[in-house]
Amino acid sequence: MNNLDQIFVLTQHWLAALAPGPIQSLVSMLLAIAGLMAVFGSCFALTTILERKILGRMQNRFGPNRVGPFGLLQPLADGIKMLTKEDIVPYSADQALHFLAPLALTIPVWLAFAVLPFGRNMNAIELDCGILFFFAIGSASELAVFMAGWSSQNKYSLLGAMRAIAQMLSYEVPLVLASVPALMAAGSLSLPDVVQSQSGYALGLVPRWNVFTPWGLAAFILFLIAAAAESNRCPFDLPEGESELIAGFLTEYSGFKYALFFLGEYFGLFAVTGLAVTLFLGGWQAPAKWLEWLPSWGWFAAKFSALILLFIWARATLPRLRFDQLLNFAWKFLLPLALINVLVAALWWKLPAAMEIRWLLCAVLLAVPYAWLGRSWRGAIPEQRQYHYVE
Amino acid sequence: MSSDLPFYLIAALTVGFAIAAMSLRRLVHCALCAAAAFAGLAMAYLQLDAEFVGFAQLLVYVGAIAILIVFAVLLTRGDEVRPDHHQTSPTPMAGIAVAALVLAGIAIPIFTSPSLRRVAPPTAIVPVKKIGEVLMTRYVLPLEMVGVVLTGALLGAVVVAMSEDAEVKLTVRRKPAGHAELKGEMSLP
Amino acid sequence: MNTPLSHYLVFSALLFGIGFAGAVVRRSAILVLVGIELMLNAANLNFIAFWHYGPHPEALTGVMFVLFSIAIAAAEAAVGLALVIAIYRQRKSAQVDCMDTLKG
Repeated sequence: MNNLDQIFVLTQHWLAALAPGPIQSLVSMLLAIAGLMAVFGSCFALTTILERKILGRMQNRFGPNRVGPFGLLQPLADGIKMLTKEDIVPYSADQALHFLAPLALTIPVWLAFAVLPFGRNMNAIELDCGILFFFAIGSASELAVFMAGWSSQNKYSLLGAMRAIAQMLSYEVPLVLASVPALMAAGSLSLPDVVQSQSGYALGLVPRWNVFTPWGLAAFILFLIAAAAESNRCPFDLPEGESELIAGFLTEYSGFKYALFFLGEYFGLFAVTGLAVTLFLGGWQAPAKWLEWLPSWGWFAAKFSALILLFIWARATLPRLRFDQLLNFAWKFLLPLALINVLVAALWWKLPAAMEIRWLLCAVLLAVPYAWLGRSWRGAIPEQRQYHYVE
Repeated sequence: MSSDLPFYLIAALTVGFAIAAMSLRRLVHCALCAAAAFAGLAMAYLQLDAEFVGFAQLLVYVGAIAILIVFAVLLTRGDEVRPDHHQTSPTPMAGIAVAALVLAGIAIPIFTSPSLRRVAPPTAIVPVKKIGEVLMTRYVLPLEMVGVVLTGALLGAVVVAMSEDAEVKLTVRRKPAGHAELKGEMSLP
Repeated sequence: MNTPLSHYLVFSALLFGIGFAGAVVRRSAILVLVGIELMLNAANLNFIAFWHYGPHPEALTGVMFVLFSIAIAAAEAAVGLALVIAIYRQRKSAQVDCMDTLKG
C-alpha cells in the first residue's frame, strides 16, 4: 500500500540511480520536471474540453462533440489548429517584447509548481519559505501582461493590459492575506509543514483541515475569489472579454503565441488551485481514516478536480463584473474581510479549545463585518420599473 | 572557477541589464531592463543563502516597484519622442566621469583590503522561523515604524497623485445612495 | 562555492556606479528614480554579502537591515513616482530640466 502511495517517488529514485554519479541530482530534478509537465499538460488538455462541455451543458446545449467520441479529441484538433495558424506580428509592434511576452508569462507560472506537495514526500523542491516563493513568482508574471499589451502598439491592447495589471495587483493583496491564517496555524512558510499541520481527526471523525474552522472557511472563500481574479477567470475576465476590448492584451497574438498565453492562464489557475488545496483542504490527506487506502496523490487529484469544476461552474453561472465594481470589490470588501479574518484566526488560537464557544465567537466575529460591509457597498438597488403606456 | 560560474553569470547579466536600463532610448525598455536587473539581484541574494530576502526582493521590486515605474512612464507619456526633450544632459561625459570616480573610490579600498582572500564559512540556511522570532523580539520597533511609514507613504502617494477633479469629488459631501431618484416612473414617449 | 568576498563587493560597486551615472546623466525624472533604486539595491547587496561572509551570520543583522531597506525603498519609489506624476500634470513634462524653478 505504501508502495502505491510512493510510486512516483520510487520511480524517480530508481531512474535517477541508473544515471552516472555526478549528475544524479540533475537527472532526478529533470525527471520531476518532466513528470509535472506531462501530468499538468494532459490536465490542461482535459480541462479545455471539460470546460467547454460543462459550459455547454449548463447553457442547455451540447459542447464540442464532433472530434472523437463525445468530442474528447477536441484538444488535439485545437492544438493542430494553433500550431498551424499563421503567426502575424503587427508592423509597428515592438518585435523583441512581442516575442518575449508569452515566454515571460508562462515561465514563472511553471516555476510555481515546484513547491506544491502533490502527495506524501512529493514536492519537487524543499524550500523553507515555499509559499513566499510561490507568491513572488506569481507577481513576476504581471510584467509579462504589460509587455504583451504595450508591445502590440494598439490602444485596445494597452487598455486591456492596464486593466489586467490593475486587477491582478489589487487581488494579490487579499490572496496573500487570505493565506496568512493557514500559515499562522502551521507556524511555518513551508508547504509540506502546512499539510502536516492539518493531519489528524478531531473527535475521531472530522479531519482537521483548515476549511472546517470559521476562519479557515472564510479564508478559503476569499482565497478562491482572489484566485479567480488573479487568473483572469470569469466573473473577473474583463481584461479578455470579447465584447469589451476585442481580446484585451491578447488582441495582436495569433497561433502558437496565443496558445502559450492560454496555456499560461490555465497553468496559473492550476497552480493557485493546488495551493488552495494545500492550504485549506488538507493537501494530500484523506478525509476519513477508513478512506486512506486511496494513495495521497489520488486524494490531491480528487480535491483539485473538485475545485476546478467549481471554477468552471462559476464561469457558467456568474455575469462579468464591471471594472470599477471589480476594483471596489477587492479594495473595499475583500481586503477588510481578509484583515479581520487574520485577527479572528489569531483569536481562535488564543482561546481555550472548548469547541462550541470558539466556533460561535469566531463565526459571529466574521459574519457581522461581512454583513455590514456587504450592505454598505451594495449600492442602489434599482426598483422595478413601472411602464406607463400612452392610451 | 567552475564553482564560480553561477556568480559570474548572474553578475554579468545584472550589470548588463543595469547598463541597458540606464542607456536605452525608450523609457519602457529601460523600465523592463531595470526589472530584469532587480531579478538578477534576487538571484544573487539566493546565491548568498539569503532565501527570504531574495524572494522578498522578487515580490517587492519585480512585482510592485517595476510595475509602478511602468505605470509612471505610461501616465507621463514618457515614451513619446519630443524634439525639445533631450535624452541625456548636455555634458554626459562629466556625469560618467564623476560616476567613474565614485566607482574607483569604492573599488580601490576593496582591492587593497583583506576581503580579496576571504572565503565564506559554511553557513547554515537560516530558517524563516528565526527571522520571524527576531522580527518580533529584537526588531519589533523598526517593524512597527516601517508599518507606519508604509501607511503614510500609501496615503501620501494617493493624495499627491490624485487628479484635481477627483479631489473636488472627495471634498464635496456625498449624498446618501439615491433610492428616491430611482423610484420614479418611466414613461415611454 | 569559494567566490571571495571581493567579487560581490566589486559587483555591488559596479551597480552603484551605473545607478549613479544614470541618475546624473539622464534627463527623465523617472530614470533618475530608477538610478536611485539601483543604488539602493547595490547597497542592499553589500549588506547581504557582508552578512554572509561575516563572523556572526546567526545574528541576522544584515538580513534585517535589507528587509527594512526594501520596504522603505518601496515607499520611497511610490511617493517619488506620485510626485513625478503630479508635476507632469502641472508642467506637462517629466524632464528634470523643466523642474528647475520653484515658480508655478
